[in-house]
Amino acid sequence: MEPNIFKYIWHHSKREQISILLMVLLSMPFYFIALDVPKRIINRGIMGDGFLGPGSVQPFLAIELPFGEMLTGQPVALFDGFMMEQQTLLLALSFAFLVLVFVNGGFKFVINTNKGRLGERMLRRLRYELSDRILRFPIMQVRKLKQAEMATMIKDEVEPLGGFIGDAFIAPAFLGGQALTAMAFIMVQSIWLGLVAAGVVLGQAFLIPKLRKPILRLNRQRVLEARAFAGRIGEVIEGAVEVHAHDTSNFERADMSSRLGRIFDIRYEVFRRKFFVKFLNNFLAQLTPFAFYAGGGLLALYGYLDIGALVAVIAAYKDLPGPIKELIDWDQQRLDIQIKYEQVVDQFQPSEILDPSVQDPAHDAGPALTGEIVVSALGLLDDTENILVDSVSFTVKVDDHVAIIGPGGSGKEYLGMMLARLVTPTTGSVKIGGRDLAELPQAVTGRRLSYVGQDAYLFPLSVRENLIYGLKHRPLDAPAREGAAAARHAAWVAESLRAANSTLDSEAEWVDYGAAGARGPEDLHGKITEVLSLVELEEDVYRFGLKGTIDPDARPEACEAVLSARAALPARLAADDAENLVIRFDPEHYNGNATLAENLLFGTPTKPEYGAGALAENPLVTEVLTETGLIERMLDMGLNIARTMVEIFADLPPGHPFFDQFSFIDADDLPSFGTLVTKIDKHGKETLDADEALALRRLPFDYVEARHRLGLIDQDVEAKVVEARKLIGERLAERDPDAVAFYRPDTYNAAASLQDNILFGRLAYGRAQAEEIVGRAVTEVLDRLGLRVTVIEVGLDYEVGVGGKRLSPAQRQKIGLGRALLKRPEILIVNDALAVLDGASQTRLLQRVLEYRADQGVIWTLQRPDSADRFDRVLVMHEGRIVEQGSFADLNKPGSALSGIMAAE
Amino acid sequence: MSIEQEVEILRKIPLFANIESAKLKLMCFASERITFKEGQSLCEQGDIGDAAYIIIEGTADVIVTRDTPLVVAQVGKNDIVGEIAILVDIPRTATVTATSELTALKITKDLFFQMVTDFPEMGVEIMRVLAQRLEATTADLMKARAGAGN
Repeated sequence: MEPNIFKYIWHHSKREQISILLMVLLSMPFYFIALDVPKRIINRGIMGDGFLGPGSVQPFLAIELPFGEMLTGQPVALFDGFMMEQQTLLLALSFAFLVLVFVNGGFKFVINTNKGRLGERMLRRLRYELSDRILRFPIMQVRKLKQAEMATMIKDEVEPLGGFIGDAFIAPAFLGGQALTAMAFIMVQSIWLGLVAAGVVLGQAFLIPKLRKPILRLNRQRVLEARAFAGRIGEVIEGAVEVHAHDTSNFERADMSSRLGRIFDIRYEVFRRKFFVKFLNNFLAQLTPFAFYAGGGLLALYGYLDIGALVAVIAAYKDLPGPIKELIDWDQQRLDIQIKYEQVVDQFQPSEILDPSVQDPAHDAGPALTGEIVVSALGLLDDTENILVDSVSFTVKVDDHVAIIGPGGSGKEYLGMMLARLVTPTTGSVKIGGRDLAELPQAVTGRRLSYVGQDAYLFPLSVRENLIYGLKHRPLDAPAREGAAAARHAAWVAESLRAANSTLDSEAEWVDYGAAGARGPEDLHGKITEVLSLVELEEDVYRFGLKGTIDPDARPEACEAVLSARAALPARLAADDAENLVIRFDPEHYNGNATLAENLLFGTPTKPEYGAGALAENPLVTEVLTETGLIERMLDMGLNIARTMVEIFADLPPGHPFFDQFSFIDADDLPSFGTLVTKIDKHGKETLDADEALALRRLPFDYVEARHRLGLIDQDVEAKVVEARKLIGERLAERDPDAVAFYRPDTYNAAASLQDNILFGRLAYGRAQAEEIVGRAVTEVLDRLGLRVTVIEVGLDYEVGVGGKRLSPAQRQKIGLGRALLKRPEILIVNDALAVLDGASQTRLLQRVLEYRADQGVIWTLQRPDSADRFDRVLVMHEGRIVEQGSFADLNKPGSALSGIMAAE
Repeated sequence: MSIEQEVEILRKIPLFANIESAKLKLMCFASERITFKEGQSLCEQGDIGDAAYIIIEGTADVIVTRDTPLVVAQVGKNDIVGEIAILVDIPRTATVTATSELTALKITKDLFFQMVTDFPEMGVEIMRVLAQRLEATTADLMKARAGAGN
């Protein structure tokens, strides 16, 4: 990358810089006139200077040549203007002032917007360039990166550059112009005084940057020291166990103190120098007036210079320090920005970076890989010249199944990565069908080869998106855009081009269905399911699907099917003599296995104010509870619960796990409930205030009769709840129809999961194996109705979370393997990717993958040799070298390295 | 059946006879009551034990399988089964299968240890019961040895 920010900015934005500069120049005359007009309004329009009496006129809009009087000795009129009387002139001048305010504001607006746009455009270019470089970093380099640092650099550290870029050339040109004009004016008045002023300014221009050089060096040091200090903090946090275990905290303190001391010294030195520069600057700036007063005064006394000219020179000099000071400030900012820029760019210059042509989207996958894979004298060294892989040579057929077996550190994983062209070998070559792997673009290696490592990364998307990630190489069909959307897209493309960004359309269809052997989205689903069952993920995804929801508007047929499953479930359960395991929701009956809140709402809340925790305060619910008389009963139930909790939890210390698991009441609140219970026992319920009553009434909403077994729900309560339920339903329909998705026997509930929709009830508490038996019955019903596909489709929408954290490591690796299989590569490279699975599953999966890819190539690195007999060829690695190769039968002989490894197992 | 009734049942079991009712209530409240149908198993020999069961209602066979299944004991109301596997970390030593509809309180391992830690008197009570059992087993062993000697 260009190391100098000015060259970088100029190279990419000269046209815009010049056009803004022209705009600034164009605005100058208006600006100067605007400064002059108020004076004229006061002097002539109001005070009437130059008006001799009524009827007297003066010119308006007369234009004189700038500096004409100074250059020729008398005003040079370009336009004589309109003659006007005082009142008219006053109004004319005032309106002219208004117009100028408007024009100047307009210039400012346009210039600033343009500067801002230019800055943002350059920032976009720079950020894109940096991101682009990250995508081109070789894998070995990427591994050494600190990702947080890289992200902040692109995000934060380059941010101030945007503000500066707009002023990078305009400010010095503008300020320099102002300073030069003033200088020229002084020169015209008196060449000697002009030379004195110029000498001082040149002295400043020469001296100040010189003095600032050490400040720059110090600032660079400061940034490095600060970065190192931040690094040490990180190390202390990561190594906290060692610090405590070895009593080295004071050693760390000493280290921190010495580092902070160094930072202090540097900063103090910076301040000292900075303020000295300021002092000198001010002194020099005042040196010139001194010369003018003393020297100019003497010249005037001896008659070499007239007083008027001296006054004019001193007046002109007033205009000089302003721009010069701003120029010096600009220069300071320039240095800062240059340092920031260099430090960022420096981090993005790895010793080696992929050529852009390797990832050029214009490439296609090329002809199929056939023939032999010839690996000759392949070697790999790390940065410290350690040998990782040492002159490995072998030849296999593209469609062979090859096992590379070796212990950790044998170099097999690096060999696998070199075969996938993820790591560039230090020596030697890999040729596939006569073509050198190093010469092939990623369009070939990324589509015809597939690689799964030990730590497959999942993007925080759905399971489906992660599986089809390997099919998105380039945009295939652009979406149809019309009217405004088309115009917006065209504008986006034009703007992207200006900032040298990619113009590939992120909204296009990127999925290469053909690569997966599918004709379109529908067909792809079949392929995904095939891969899912191959890697033994189908059951997992099916379970995700049962917990997922579907949108009834988008998929009405699926909802219909779920409703028929709901209808079919009771008969299926009855066949197992298990119908009492699910207590169904019945609009006319209380469900003892559901909470009281659920029984009241009889639906899934979609707004937080109808959540179980908020019902006690909910006005609509409170109103209904009062009308049905339930509110009194709930107070009694709350009192009962509080009394029981106080009795049985009283002896437990606060913070005991039982409180979280079983109690209705927080440990902190228990004493206050104790007081409440005592108060009621002594004085009766009538003495409760509103808050106390509310606290008690809140308790029973979470109560489940079948689970908590306090015997609070009698027939009277049940009947009242059913009555209240109907009233709540009616009133919600009137006042807030979207707040709750009601349980209706013949309607799909969009807010509830598939499983809840099928069960349409709650599992009975306290029935042995209820979950397994019902789960089995649900699965059977779904299969019989052909709904398995639907459930899996819903399951594929399951979000895997950041880095796939919502899945187990085994599930993550299986998705990684599935992703590699889905794109049907000619050679599949599996770098010990299933090591997290248990032995039996690993062997089973390996066998299934090999069977599935009977006619296609597989290269599998393995730590354990037990499955080696299933491969056509076996390579045994030890300390970076291949110590043995051949078929399993050839190698499986006494005394061979393979049998040695097998014996060690 | 409410918690109050469960507490009454527990009180009749020697192990819990001397424990305050508030603590028994806590135990009932914190444990699950599970109903097994005839033929369902409370636990399977060889599985990892995570809970003990106190039978409230019904009967069950204790079956040990060496080569063939052998019913070694019958248990019923007020009996406690499965406590050995949660006291010492060994797999279940027998299968317990309900021979009628059976209701039991499931005391999980965590709950059991929490209760013993929080209420040492319960631990002492359990020691007493175990000691009695040991004494009975020893007596049986002596008898068996004496029988073998004859």
